[in-house]
Amino acid sequence: MLFRKRKKIEGEKKDIPEGLFLKCEKCGELFYKNQLEKNLWVCPKCGFHFRVGVDFYKKILFDDGDFIKHFAADLESQDPLDFPGYKEKLDRAKAKTGLKEAAVSGLARINGREVVFFLTDFRFLGGSMGSVYGEIFYRAAQEAIKRNIPFISLTSSGGGARMHEGIFSLMQMVKTTVAVVEMEEKGIPFISVLTDPTMGGVMASFASLGDIIIAEPGALLGFAGPRVIQQTIKQDLPTGFQRSEFLLEKGFVDMVVPRKELKSVLSKLLDILGGENGRSQTG
Amino acid sequence: MKILDFEKPIYEIDKKIQELKKMLGEDSQLEEEIANLERRARELKEKIYKNLNRWQKVQLARHPDRPHAVDYIKGMVQDFIELHGDRNFRDDPSIITGLGFIDDYKVAIIAEEKGRDTKEKIWRNFGMPHPEGYRKAMRIMRLADKFRIPVITLVDTPGAFPGIGAEERGQAQAIAESIKLMLKLRVPVITAIIGEGGSGGALAIAVANVVLALRYSIYSVISPEGCASILWRDSTRASEAAEALKLTAEDLFEFGIIDEIVEEPPGGAHWDPHVAVENLKVALLKHLKSLLRLSPEELKKQRMAKFRSFGVFAEK
Repeated sequence: MLFRKRKKIEGEKKDIPEGLFLKCEKCGELFYKNQLEKNLWVCPKCGFHFRVGVDFYKKILFDDGDFIKHFAADLESQDPLDFPGYKEKLDRAKAKTGLKEAAVSGLARINGREVVFFLTDFRFLGGSMGSVYGEIFYRAAQEAIKRNIPFISLTSSGGGARMHEGIFSLMQMVKTTVAVVEMEEKGIPFISVLTDPTMGGVMASFASLGDIIIAEPGALLGFAGPRVIQQTIKQDLPTGFQRSEFLLEKGFVDMVVPRKELKSVLSKLLDILGGENGRSQTG
Repeated sequence: MKILDFEKPIYEIDKKIQELKKMLGEDSQLEEEIANLERRARELKEKIYKNLNRWQKVQLARHPDRPHAVDYIKGMVQDFIELHGDRNFRDDPSIITGLGFIDDYKVAIIAEEKGRDTKEKIWRNFGMPHPEGYRKAMRIMRLADKFRIPVITLVDTPGAFPGIGAEERGQAQAIAESIKLMLKLRVPVITAIIGEGGSGGALAIAVANVVLALRYSIYSVISPEGCASILWRDSTRASEAAEALKLTAEDLFEFGIIDEIVEEPPGGAHWDPHVAVENLKVALLKHLKSLLRLSPEELKKQRMAKFRSFGVFAEK
């Protein structure tokens, strides 16, 4: 709950008119929008990874460009606390993103291999975890167990647990972990892909519990938001603090993988973790 | 001694009673007046505490004179042997761990401690654990599991510490692993929220078969101050945020998140710590006895099912 989103939300179509130049957030270089899109929203000059939504990841990772089958698509958030402004915020997020919630899941194919994929979208209330998010995760894990296929999560969650659902959101940290334990007991491989940003209650639950943990370059990853830390300790934070490369150095992620290589790395891991004794014949 | 605004009238009567009692030796007629005042004090307390708003309850949960984990351990646990260190980095004084007995029952204790005076508060980091605190807790959980000792956790923290070292050493990973380990334990686990249940820093040691909360304790996804500064960019509107977050023991009981509210003495635990300690001990023993009837497998299953069930959503 401790991280405030950055002012600019990248990859949001209505903010990026056709044919216009776009400035890299990191190096400041100007690019054509379609030039960036062709480069998977990665800055050709400095390698900065722009935030993209779930549809973009589906397009670049899945053989079919989308789920073969959606799971738990009928779940809808309620307002159990009658929290000021929550219903309106949900409505705005739905209208803005075309999504029903911050999380989606379904059956997908990656180089011919079936997996259950769970993704979250930062544009929907910061990708925060409420009751529906937790339930979608849990049910998706059950599908992976039922089908005996690997499970991959790809997260972008600025605030972690969703404040507006109070204690119920906090409990989703445990519910998603119940799902992780159940997968573990059934020998289901679980790969966690961390994208910018994955913080708070999401990072402090399932996202940190993958058998393999992969991070996109430069993603902000951690427990407390940098502003909160700064206010608490009243010191400047070191350069690169809480970024993917920092976590790699400290030993909390297995690898930092550029977006362009993500599909092929996932595919290789699936071959080893989820395959038969030999190399997969389908890929 | 810290006196909260809404406690003032009670303290004033209390002071008068003490003064009159001093004069009692000279004038026995005062006895009746003292009795009257004492009755009035009781009524006033009852009235004030029945109508507390959520923000006032937050202040009680954080009251500096409120009994802390060390007081509960001292009052409830016999032959307590404190165990130190995560065997990896250091000993985190924000979390006290150890073994002992409650009556004749073996227990492993994991407790967050804020510290009492300034020096101790700094040493204990105001009850905000670092990753090594949670890793120490996990060490004791494994020990308890191995020797079939029930685990009792006492929650009282503003939250897990937000700092550079904490992040460098994997605060998020430590909390996640602790939640996971607690789910898998094959011994009875009981959590009591005794003061402040601050978000993930509390949850990391609160995945229990039975979760109890003292009447004036709180448990929340975010502090009211943090919530107010996100919602209205104004942390001084914390009292409104406390209302919105519905974070009191009563709220949590109504939501089914906690299993039982443990009564505090009139006016709150700090008015009579012995009563609070005794009440918690009775509640812990009651639940411990009933959990001990379950098999190791059933204990784990019950815990997993309980936390799997939390959440409010519609399905269309």
